Amino acid sequence: MYDIKALYEARSVADAIRLLQEHPRAQIIAGGSDVLVQIREGRRAGVELVSIFGIDAMRGVGYDDEGGIRIGSLTSFSHIAASPVIKDKIPVLGEAVSLVGGPQIRNIGTIGGNTCNGVTSADSASTLLAWDAVVELTGPEGVRRLPIRDFYIKAGVVDLKPAELQTAIIIPKVSYEGYFGHYIKYAMREAMDIANLGCSVNVALTDDKKAIRDARIAYGVAGPVPMRAPSAEAAAKGRAVCRETVDAFARAVLCDIHPRDSWRAAKAFREHIAVEMARRALTESIRLAGGVIDE
Amino acid sequence: MSKQYKLIHCTINGKPREVMVDVRASLTDLLRNDFRLTSVKKGCEVGECGACNVLIDGECFNSCIYLAVWADGKDILTLEGLEGPNGEISDIQQAFIDEAAVQCGFCTPGAIMSAVEILNEGRELSDEEIRIRMSGHLCRCTGYENIFRAVKKTMLKRLEAKKAQ
Repeated sequence: MYDIKALYEARSVADAIRLLQEHPRAQIIAGGSDVLVQIREGRRAGVELVSIFGIDAMRGVGYDDEGGIRIGSLTSFSHIAASPVIKDKIPVLGEAVSLVGGPQIRNIGTIGGNTCNGVTSADSASTLLAWDAVVELTGPEGVRRLPIRDFYIKAGVVDLKPAELQTAIIIPKVSYEGYFGHYIKYAMREAMDIANLGCSVNVALTDDKKAIRDARIAYGVAGPVPMRAPSAEAAAKGRAVCRETVDAFARAVLCDIHPRDSWRAAKAFREHIAVEMARRALTESIRLAGGVIDE
Repeated sequence: MSKQYKLIHCTINGKPREVMVDVRASLTDLLRNDFRLTSVKKGCEVGECGACNVLIDGECFNSCIYLAVWADGKDILTLEGLEGPNGEISDIQQAFIDEAAVQCGFCTPGAIMSAVEILNEGRELSDEEIRIRMSGHLCRCTGYENIFRAVKKTMLKRLEAKKAQ
């Protein structure tokens, strides 16, 4: 038995908002693979829960009116990975979420939960950041949208107002069209492990595939929240597709990231692999985009 | 606050069920305590070991981190549901025996339910895919190779039988 004081089950988004207003101290529970584990560990003893698990309208992947990819916040990792839309337009997101935990966790874990918990190591977060995803939040005042980089405030804290919930994550058309990306997770085990460092890169090449039109890179565990590396992006943008560009891009990440020492890995080690991961992820992204790096 | 209960309807191993559940219960609690389905093991109880794995609407879930009330309207399959009409065990269970994929047996029901999810797809998975799909289970006895062999063997056997039809 879980140490739960009360459970309120929402049937719709409006229902969830009403329940959250009526029970301001209640914690939202989606798939529960974080919340239930925390309760089991005694960290949320006597908690009140508003369960949004039953809101099927918040599940699924499709296109919005502007051609953006709309992912319902309750969509499980395995359903994201299996989605034809994701496979077609942004396969790297499917690959990234396929590295979360193990198969059973990927069936219950949701992309909304993975971002709302504000955890830097979330395998979906760096890729969403690197693709300029937009978060849709629904609350008593209505719907608002904000870039995911503004959604993260500090470790474990995201910009969710009282009685507000995240209802979708959107990848706008301008963010994915023409881009190709690759994600690398560095962890001790190949399953059921948390990233020591995660690195997601994507590029758009010029029509002749000789130069980098745009490059984007984001890390998980390189700081208290998932972050972009703007110096690295500037070092690659507009440059020729060649080994020197890739090396300059990789070296520049050290201007942006500030990982810490933890029992999982030392700061110096994280910095070392951050450069190598940037190099490899950009190299692979260029290859996927049809570019050839002259050696 | 007084205890909170909810009446739910679900299908468990093919039988429609109506049951009053404590909202604090996990699906493991419900299956073990109310239905004596003790193949559903209490291992880590935090979704890491896979010993409590069951199929819900055909997908694998660790029932220890799944609220019992969420089972409302769902179709649940546990290892007991694999039993044939005359008490026979299934091909995948026999393969686990034949390949010595069982030692202490604690992880076995959960691992077999992941194998069932794979086998139900009715397609040939690569060795790599099988390893990934079985990666949500901790086994401290077998070293995993025998489990892998049992799953692969049953998959190939079923595909062969399908072809022969």
